[in-house]
Amino acid sequence: MITYTLKRLGLAALVAVTVSIVSFMLIRLSGDPAIALAGENATSEQIDFIRKQYGFDRPLVVQYLEWGRRAMRGDFGESPYFNQPVTRIIGDRIGVTMKLGLMSLIFAVAVSIPMGVLASIRPNTWIDRVALTISVMGQAMPSFWFGLIMIIVLGVWLRLLPISGTDSFAHFIMPTIALGYYGIPAFMRLTRSGMLEVLSSDHIRTARAKGLRWGKVLFKHALRNAIIPVVALAAVQLGFMLGGSIVIESVFALHGIGYLAWESIGRRDLPVVQAIVLLLSMIFVALTLISDIINAFLDPRIRVK
Amino acid sequence: MATSSPIARSLDAGLGETVVFPSPGQIIRRRMRRHKGLIIGGVIVVVTFLVAIFAPVLAPHDPYAQNLSQRMIPPIWHEKGTWNHPLGTDNLGRDYLSRVVYGCRVSLIIGFSIMLIALTIGTTLGVLAGYFGGKMDMLVSFIVTVRLALPPVLVALAVVVLIGGSMTVVIVALGFLIWARAAVVMRASTQQIRSQDYVAAAQAAGCSTIRILLTEILPNLADNLVVVATLEIGRAILLEAALSFLGMGVQPPTPSWGLMISEGKDFMFFQPYLITIPGTALFLLVLGMNLLGDGIRDVTVPEGRA
Repeated sequence: MITYTLKRLGLAALVAVTVSIVSFMLIRLSGDPAIALAGENATSEQIDFIRKQYGFDRPLVVQYLEWGRRAMRGDFGESPYFNQPVTRIIGDRIGVTMKLGLMSLIFAVAVSIPMGVLASIRPNTWIDRVALTISVMGQAMPSFWFGLIMIIVLGVWLRLLPISGTDSFAHFIMPTIALGYYGIPAFMRLTRSGMLEVLSSDHIRTARAKGLRWGKVLFKHALRNAIIPVVALAAVQLGFMLGGSIVIESVFALHGIGYLAWESIGRRDLPVVQAIVLLLSMIFVALTLISDIINAFLDPRIRVK
Repeated sequence: MATSSPIARSLDAGLGETVVFPSPGQIIRRRMRRHKGLIIGGVIVVVTFLVAIFAPVLAPHDPYAQNLSQRMIPPIWHEKGTWNHPLGTDNLGRDYLSRVVYGCRVSLIIGFSIMLIALTIGTTLGVLAGYFGGKMDMLVSFIVTVRLALPPVLVALAVVVLIGGSMTVVIVALGFLIWARAAVVMRASTQQIRSQDYVAAAQAAGCSTIRILLTEILPNLADNLVVVATLEIGRAILLEAALSFLGMGVQPPTPSWGLMISEGKDFMFFQPYLITIPGTALFLLVLGMNLLGDGIRDVTVPEGRA
């Protein structure tokens, strides 16, 4: 278990370094970031000043190492738009995104696991078909459009929920459904196929044959085994949801880092964009690492592979 | 009866009856006819294709022609609708039906192009990893892990804005971002195929590696390629719509469904059809692609069901 953990840790560190290089290079795609930062009407002196101020005149490797060294300490420089440290701007807003991501994950799991279990104990019945329909629709539904439709129906016609802002729990209900619905198909398919596989295995037959109650067999013997890959998926899905929050946050005007990233891209606030790309990627790397370790802990077969 | 089809093989069962064994093609055709999802998906996709090809014939007006005296006429099911504009007009007085019809072209062209790039990258990496294994496998897994860590929508937005928004940039940016699933699927299938006897036979006969990859491995990946391609088109269309909705994908006045939803958003409380119509078109096309992809998988590789 320790060897496995160390191996995974090493791999995660390597991925993290590569991802940081990618996010560092990303803002240099346009050629000269100084021109992008200075804006369209800047004079050449202004561009030169910015180039010196941000150190764009030095070799790339030196720039990267300097940026990386600071980033490790949580210093991503100043945002030219806000005239504030990037870290503080992101720190103010990450709470909203985290809350949205976690609530969406909980919503997706809470809906899909019971449905997946029901579908697996009654395969090819109407329950199974309803579950399948919901998952097929979920994969085809554009999340931003689903969000807008909810705003019209639940927010404006029925006046049940507030349509934008972050003031209360109610403000998060529609964004959570819009973002969480996106995760339901994957969870439900995995639960269903995992349960079907476990339910047809020998130890379930034995448990039933010796007369255990069906409910006990289902939850203690079957679900516990079937849920292992779902736990791993949950960590990865949370990462995808944080990445996908950019669309949902801009639909519902939630001031999290997704909305911030969208606005910052529009106003060429490159240090902020760069920091958010790096942050979201690092969270994803950490989540997959955690999910690998949990997975190996729950299922010893993975460790020796 | 037994010889009705030249490929159907028959056998005398010994009781005077002839047992007919269907050919593999017949089995697949029979499975296709019974697969509701495949048929529904296939019909949606074929209809969208036809609409895209015959857009100039089907569209009643020029999708770009503005007419400020005809702004926001509601669709025909509304009491104020007119047959001149069956799906109404938008805030610039452009005929909505014509824009939705031309939108099929935009979605399909973008979806196909992104899929081609993504599938080329994904298949190359997946086949290399699956065939050579070892260090190559580790390298490819590493690249896939790095790619998955990067949030695709955010990176695509940044690339499109920094390089400049045009359809080509959107296509290339997304194509280079969504190949991961293709790589994973192709790697797994290649691993399976590699252990087959005919690959060993080709190796023993001294065939070059390139030849084995191209003539033994690749043709046997065809079924899987079609499935992944169809599903990826659906995903690519959704991503393009999301980028265009955020105002950083396809640029106006191109009739992209995502852009139409974005433009209609400001008026959606009073004229909800401005977002429900393009959204429904988007949903149906992606649904059709997914049903078709899942259907082809069920029919051709029934054991590969997830």
